[in-house]
Amino acid sequence: MRTADVVLVLAVFGASLVEMVEALTLVLAAGMTRSWRSALEGTLAALGVLTVLVVLVGIPLIHYVPIDALRVIVGTLLLVLGMSWLRKAWLRGSGLKALHDEDAIFAETVEELKVQPAAQGPRDGVAFALAFKGVFLEGTEVVLIVISLGASSHRLGLAAAAALAAVVLVTIAGIVVSRQLSSVPENLIKTMVGVMLCSFGLFWIGEGAGLHWPGADLAILVLAVVFALATVVATRVLRPTAVAA
Amino acid sequence: MKKALRAFGAFWWDFLVGDTPEFFVAALVVVALAFLLHTHRVVGAIVLPTFVLVVVALSAVRVRRRR
Repeated sequence: MRTADVVLVLAVFGASLVEMVEALTLVLAAGMTRSWRSALEGTLAALGVLTVLVVLVGIPLIHYVPIDALRVIVGTLLLVLGMSWLRKAWLRGSGLKALHDEDAIFAETVEELKVQPAAQGPRDGVAFALAFKGVFLEGTEVVLIVISLGASSHRLGLAAAAALAAVVLVTIAGIVVSRQLSSVPENLIKTMVGVMLCSFGLFWIGEGAGLHWPGADLAILVLAVVFALATVVATRVLRPTAVAA
Repeated sequence: MKKALRAFGAFWWDFLVGDTPEFFVAALVVVALAFLLHTHRVVGAIVLPTFVLVVVALSAVRVRRRR
């Protein structure tokens, strides 16, 4: 496996892991307070739609769009997404933005569901809708990352497999512990994914534009190290200074 | 159909621009710089990541100032 493939798998797996942990919180809230059957049906329906999206959009992209144009376009998308994730990581790391808290989100969602009227019949539309929306919205970002990274490096299957592995892992963990996965270091993983998305985005824009990076694929790792170091520095510099009383 | 198209457009607008339009503009500048510097790969390898870091830093500082 090439360096670029390893980084691709890590980026897709990390992004999928954190997004699916967030989706699991909503599915569990819907299942525990409303109906497990409807929550699982909503989850499966959303996963089905997301899979169709990967196949319908990803495969034609690989076959019909010239590779350099594709790399510039997906590199731009990845860079926009990556800069946004990186800024959030810097703000969270420096205490300027609240950390993502699955326990708080779970408790809030359960409270919101309790005031909804009870289902009339075997199927619960509220549980289905919440699970579908949660998995679909969180999964859309994963689909974009899978298609972008997979298509630009012609490794759509590998990217999809990495995402699927994260979905399976989160599902198994969710079944085993039967609660929201608040102990997953979500904020750290999000930081790493932000770093990788920026690195890949920049790398593919350069390659698509004809700028052949020194070190070829290894440039992705160098870029990742640069962005990671900048993150360490930025979280310290941005931290608000304590005001003396 | 019209509703679906509007939702599709809103999704992409929110995804690409959202509350950080500076990142979308910066990404377009990066593309332009990459084409301009494609024959100077070492310069490009220094300028492009530096530009991205400066944009993210300025955006983060803007958030810090608001608080």
